[in-house]
Amino acid sequence: MKLLKVSAIFLALATVGAVAGAQTALTGAGSTWVYPLIAKWDAAYQNKTGIEINYQSIGSGGGIAQIKAGTVAFGASDMPLKPEDLSSAGLIQFPTAVAGEDLVYNLPGIQAGQLILSGPLIADIYFGNVKKWNDPAIAKLNSGLKLPDMDITVVHRSDGSGTTFTFCDYLSKVSPEWKQKVGANTSVAWPTGVGGKGNEGVASYVQRIPGSIGYVEYAYILESHLSWTRMVNRDGKVVSPSLKGFQDAAAHVDFTKAQDFYVILTDQAGPGTWPISGCTWQILRKSASKETNMAVMRFFDWGFEQGQEMARSISFGPLPPSTVASIKSYWKKELGYSI
Amino acid sequence: MSGSDVVLPKIQPLSEKPKSAGISWHLSADFLFHKTAVFAAFLVAGALFATVIAIAYDSRTSIHVFGIWGFLKSSDWNPVTQTFGAFPFIISTLISSAIAMVLGVPVSFGVAVFIAEIAPAWIKKPVATAIELLAAIPSIVYGLWGLVVFAPVFAKIEPWINDKLGAIPGIGLLFQGPPMGIGMLTAGIVLAIMILPYMSSIMRDVFLIVPSSLRESAYAMGATTWEVAWNIILPYTRSAVVGGIFLGLGRALGETMAVTFVIGNSNVLSASLLMPGATIPSVLANEFAEATTKLYVSSLIYLGLILIAVTLAVRFCAVLLIRRLGRKEGAAA
Repeated sequence: MKLLKVSAIFLALATVGAVAGAQTALTGAGSTWVYPLIAKWDAAYQNKTGIEINYQSIGSGGGIAQIKAGTVAFGASDMPLKPEDLSSAGLIQFPTAVAGEDLVYNLPGIQAGQLILSGPLIADIYFGNVKKWNDPAIAKLNSGLKLPDMDITVVHRSDGSGTTFTFCDYLSKVSPEWKQKVGANTSVAWPTGVGGKGNEGVASYVQRIPGSIGYVEYAYILESHLSWTRMVNRDGKVVSPSLKGFQDAAAHVDFTKAQDFYVILTDQAGPGTWPISGCTWQILRKSASKETNMAVMRFFDWGFEQGQEMARSISFGPLPPSTVASIKSYWKKELGYSI
Repeated sequence: MSGSDVVLPKIQPLSEKPKSAGISWHLSADFLFHKTAVFAAFLVAGALFATVIAIAYDSRTSIHVFGIWGFLKSSDWNPVTQTFGAFPFIISTLISSAIAMVLGVPVSFGVAVFIAEIAPAWIKKPVATAIELLAAIPSIVYGLWGLVVFAPVFAKIEPWINDKLGAIPGIGLLFQGPPMGIGMLTAGIVLAIMILPYMSSIMRDVFLIVPSSLRESAYAMGATTWEVAWNIILPYTRSAVVGGIFLGLGRALGETMAVTFVIGNSNVLSASLLMPGATIPSVLANEFAEATTKLYVSSLIYLGLILIAVTLAVRFCAVLLIRRLGRKEGAAA
């Protein structure tokens, strides 16, 4: 009886080994932000083709490091690499989908979507210059609201994150002082505030500390019902975060013209544009085998063509068709082959 | 009565080798055991040594750029400009551990005395088991508990701390800040709870081996429980107690996840204990995965090297302290 069990286990192990050996899995690593999208696409793609995507959401910096080391077939990053860095490391990159982030707050008596903030004001808050919620600068934008006489507690990410990069890139565009003193990166030297680990860390601090403000991904706001902020965009219009707002931001940049798609979606023009919009890039190695790169390209091509409804259902905005077309010609140009 | 009135018997070292019982058939087994034990001991020491060398080697880029003194005293930790300095993290690591010791040591002593001296037999076991169970809880659970349960409660107490302790001139500066519930003090309190079982079980174990003749003679002379604990038991077990305390301190210095959850992760050093900070382990936990440049990774590893140095320095102080206490006693007698 025992022998039977043991041999059954061996048989099972042997089967698993055989399946794993048959090149039916693609490995990827990087951005935590794009993980829900890849997971959703993976489930459907695996059903259709039998190819499994093994994606590890270790963070954008980790994704860049892994693809450079050649341990994965593709890396995902919310911060695009500069064209010169790509060419020196023998990498290529292309965008996947657009999304956005927003500020959340904990203010007694003020509901979700009631508070309005502008970019320069957020920079002042994150510098610690605006310390109170009833500061005239906030009151000016929110004439209808009764703002409490409370200290503002700034919450930021403590871990390195593409969310931080997008947020700081936006602040650098709207505040010359921010650009000069802090800058934009996956982690920065914050002038003030407390740090939470991950979107959930920031969200839980904001939920627990009265008078706090933090930034999180839009999909996370929807999930956890946080009090989100309306923002004044570059055209001076007050907008709410929405998929359409993120796509408007993408529509106002020309991905097709930028070298290696190096365009950041923050602070774009357009009346409906959401100012803190972002994007995730997939990074491939030119020196990887044709077979591997083709498999990755097939997966993302399938996502671009078939996966857009799935993307929308979890608040990821599809890329414009012109961008998808130029991604395909980019593959051909950079790798010498395409699907 | 006072401690110097009591004549202590000469303490026999417990580790003295028993005399050999002569040659027997299991000599070869003995020989094998001896060699294995020596090998194991050297393996551990070698692994530690190799780790230190590897860490020092990987921090060479950062040491080369920032130097030793420059890295230690700089408060600038900026991944954008790629300038790194360890000062705020070293200070926060020491302060959070110091808070843990201030709160944890007296409580551990109390718990150990209670179990060894005061408690009736039927309650000893459950209390001791409960304390030891604290040591079995994974540190991430302490972190979550600290963040989800303790911090909100503590945030309600903080306005009171602000008003009462914050109003005291001088040290009041330590207790001012917004009532967030997270920060250096919260981290220190959570750490104190975490290291309590280690310190109290070591203390209890050594308190129990104090010869009952000593204890009973003291009681016979009319000593109170406190006098027995403070003047008889503690001097008798002093070096083991100090060892236990420093074991707790070592754990507090290196604790990562629980601290990361509740300390607030701010690289800006603040005078107040209610404000957020960041310890060396918490910075490593937060930033290692996303450190993309060579200098950044090297600086983080350099922080690790400093943590090892701090721990070794603490250990060294412990040895000095024990020696000095021993000498003092010699002079008194």
